[in-house]
Amino acid sequence: MKFLAEYRDPKVAHRLLDEIRSAVTRPWVIMEICGGQTHAIVRNGIDELLPTEIELVHGPGCPVCVTSLELIEKAQAIASIPDLIFVSFGDMLRVPGGRKDLLTVRSEGADIRAVYSPLEALKIAKEHPDRQVVFFAVGFETTAPNTAMLVAQAAREGVGNLSLLVSHVLVPPAMTALLDSPRNRVQAYLAAGHVCTVMGWQQYEPIARKYSVPIIVTGFEPLDLLSGILSAVRQLEAGDANVENRYARMVSREGNRTAQQQVGEVFEICDRAWRGIGVIPRSGLRLREKYQAFDAERRFAAIDLQVAESPDCISGVILQGLKKPAECPHFGKRCTPSIPLGATMVSSEGACAAYYLYHRSQPRVKD
Amino acid sequence: MCLAIPGKVTSLYRENGLCMGKVEFDGTIVDICLAYVPDVSIGQYVIVHAGFALNIVDEAEAARTFDLLNQINPTGERP
Ligand code: SF4
Repeated sequence: MKFLAEYRDPKVAHRLLDEIRSAVTRPWVIMEICGGQTHAIVRNGIDELLPTEIELVHGPGCPVCVTSLELIEKAQAIASIPDLIFVSFGDMLRVPGGRKDLLTVRSEGADIRAVYSPLEALKIAKEHPDRQVVFFAVGFETTAPNTAMLVAQAAREGVGNLSLLVSHVLVPPAMTALLDSPRNRVQAYLAAGHVCTVMGWQQYEPIARKYSVPIIVTGFEPLDLLSGILSAVRQLEAGDANVENRYARMVSREGNRTAQQQVGEVFEICDRAWRGIGVIPRSGLRLREKYQAFDAERRFAAIDLQVAESPDCISGVILQGLKKPAECPHFGKRCTPSIPLGATMVSSEGACAAYYLYHRSQPRVKD
Repeated sequence: MCLAIPGKVTSLYRENGLCMGKVEFDGTIVDICLAYVPDVSIGQYVIVHAGFALNIVDEAEAARTFDLLNQINPTGERP
């Protein structure tokens, strides 16, 4: 496919690996934020091809994994309301709550539909004017413009039977929360390319300066990832801490202003709980007062929840880059993609599922 | 979740006031909302996520990156 396949050439990949090998003199820890990148790195074996000095740790950039247990439970409770139609991206359906997932709720009789575009929820609402339709709005800055458009369009068309359960999360506050942690090991970031497609990379400049970490805007193909890693290593070795764009075909410094404006019109910044991590200040989006009529949490406020996380799952420390999936005692035993104990085993972008899928049962041995 | 893939815009239309288009991904044609790339024209590539084009692919930058990557030589010297 154009603009993808050209960035997969193994010959060039090996040359980039040679460049990385000749640039590195000391151990470095680099975190890729985005779960899509974790998946691509593990699938292509990039982590195993790198010189052993470079450790890639996997970040919390998987919205499926970090949506709080409370919201998962709320989603299940709302979806169970008789006659209601619950609409979601497909990968949320298997996320375990305290006792079950949305697929189980569907098997119990709930009308739960998976869609590709948030606009499909509007179509469903218009087709069923006598039923309540709720869209589960999860995702990072990449997805927020799409759900913002859903709200704006529903408001324009006066569709009254649609509401959203909003769980949007923002990437830069999570990056700084990790850097602020006393246990932080991250020395450089590969920033999530598709988040930057919308947001640009201006937001990262103060972070790179304040924490002295190089931040490299990186794409998803093997050559994109390797060239992002090469830039990070070069900066680390030189003692630099700049924001660098290695995904220029998709990302500009200012990002997509039109999309940013639409997000700002519909949503405002709020504190948000991340599953396994806890509340990160100013790391989420909620509907503005003007659009409260579309807030499913208000519309279905009388819901009683009991929320208890599986005590066995260590995905919280995995999402913070402190441990690798294979270090979890349940990995591949009690916990597999078909019976996941934690959310990081559900989406293929969760670190646990990526490791399971590509047979990484052993921690990497340093030589 | 944040997966976004490039596709080629093959037609433009409006639906309920929204700017939409048909976008081709490796032979498959999908209806995509183009409201965030109002200046797009037919034949251009857009990067698409969850039913929306998030940006127009910068073809000049794509070619530049490609050339740079292909110039890296095994000895580590810049050409
Ligand atoms: S392997 Fe399963 S139980 Fe262990 S951390 Fe990952 S999701 Fe949690």
